[in-house]
Amino acid sequence: MRIATLCGMGFGTSMMLKLFIDEILTADGIKAQIIPWDLGSFKGQKVDIVVAPTDMGTHLKGYDGRVVLIKNLVDKEEIREKILAAIGELKDT
Amino acid sequence: MSEKAKGTNNRPNLLDLLTKRTVQARQSVSTWEEAADRVGKLLVGAGKVEQRYVDAMKQVLRDMGAYAVIAPGIVLLHARPEDGVIEPTFGMVTLATPVPFGHPENDPVDIVLAFGAVDKQAHITALQQLAKLLMDPAAVERIRTASDDQELVSVIHSLNSGSELTSGP
Repeated sequence: MRIATLCGMGFGTSMMLKLFIDEILTADGIKAQIIPWDLGSFKGQKVDIVVAPTDMGTHLKGYDGRVVLIKNLVDKEEIREKILAAIGELKDT
Repeated sequence: MSEKAKGTNNRPNLLDLLTKRTVQARQSVSTWEEAADRVGKLLVGAGKVEQRYVDAMKQVLRDMGAYAVIAPGIVLLHARPEDGVIEPTFGMVTLATPVPFGHPENDPVDIVLAFGAVDKQAHITALQQLAKLLMDPAAVERIRTASDDQELVSVIHSLNSGSELTSGP
């Protein structure tokens, strides 16, 4: 499974998201490759799940894959809930 | 893209970066640009970034939107290494009166954070420590209410000491 975390430049917000998601998935014993990306070079990339700040949602309209938008990027519970839900949906299909 | 860790020897801790030179409490500003300038000035003054980096951080916010407001009241500003970063750096300014940054839900902001990265790795330890700090609502509240620079520095350092955050390489 490949998960992209996105932000404008690829080493601030997206890196923070990656760190959180790494921790969450490790705790749950889920294996995934989590890649921080900047919006510009992400265009056209195919991943299973893309995680981004809410404010970036408009850039991801029509993305062919699951999009998870996070409002509070330091709220581990919000991140956990949303990412696990997306992974669950992925397994159902 | 390789994300393999290359050891932590060249990754400074947050506490070594958020020091008296780059931390200021209870500043009065009236716009987000002024807030960004204030924290940027600290990084420039400490010799960690060039002046053009401060302008680049503001330009990023204008270009990319206010997603940098990562949580209610908290903004994390940065630009790219090639925009004039000399050494990895973190700065923090708290505001006496919050100002809007243009985020639909997390505005207004009273904790202004900024960092400069030299590559995708050297700032990771400090960023991780910062994330852990911001995850703790009690810690954020103490940062928010620190009344002067000295207290703010003490608060940051006391919050980190005794936890795994200070464990060095």
